[in-house]
Amino acid sequence: MAESEFVYVTFIRTTPEKLWCALIEPEFTRQFWFQMMQESDWKPGASWRMLDASGRVFDTGEIVEIEPPKRLLLTWRHELDPELTAEGYSRMSYELEQKGEMVKLTVKHEIDKSGSKFIKAVAGGWPIILSSLKSLLETGKAL
Amino acid sequence: MNPMGAEEDKVFKALASPERRLLLDRLRAENGQTLGQLCAHMEMTRQAVTRHLRLLEEATLVVTIWRGREKLHYLNPMPIHEIAERWIGKYERGRLRVLAELKTKLEEETNG
Repeated sequence: MAESEFVYVTFIRTTPEKLWCALIEPEFTRQFWFQMMQESDWKPGASWRMLDASGRVFDTGEIVEIEPPKRLLLTWRHELDPELTAEGYSRMSYELEQKGEMVKLTVKHEIDKSGSKFIKAVAGGWPIILSSLKSLLETGKAL
Repeated sequence: MNPMGAEEDKVFKALASPERRLLLDRLRAENGQTLGQLCAHMEMTRQAVTRHLRLLEEATLVVTIWRGREKLHYLNPMPIHEIAERWIGKYERGRLRVLAELKTKLEEETNG
């Protein structure tokens, strides 16, 4: 059982395919995710990296499960702050479910360490990222 | 009419209760609790806690995940964040624009 975790749910007026694309494709992620983009072959076992516009690597991990456009599970370790790197790998998952005209997006992020500083750090960022993503998909503009 | 109006009503209704805000505070202090854990040290019956949690869940302020046979409750800040974005976010953007206009005007005066 994870020692530190959070679960965030948001409903977005879009299709699972569009939402999946927005969560993965660099041209979308940099618009709502603090200019960040991801690099991966998006297959089980493939490496995963999160980098900024200058190519500096912030986070690394591996794709564990991937089922477009429904579910993604990856491992995630922060690489820039040694204290957070020392906490080891966290697990982050997306679940996408069609609910009428909306898609329910569930983001779960957890680590096997109580009082994790990493989880605390990302927990504050996710609501900003998710509401910007919602705005981008529903209005065409990120916040 | 805002299509999200009905959803927003649920959020405000769910928040308009000290008991439900207390439950959210309990989850903020310790996320991922079972019903049993949430009932401990509460001056509410288990039925009352269950009813409050259902309203919080309907408003998506609380989300639940099954872990084995345990149903764990998590605080979901997204509805409150979206409400803040809708009003405060707009206000911040307006203030930034006013500042930008003031700067342009002052610089024009200086240059002129």
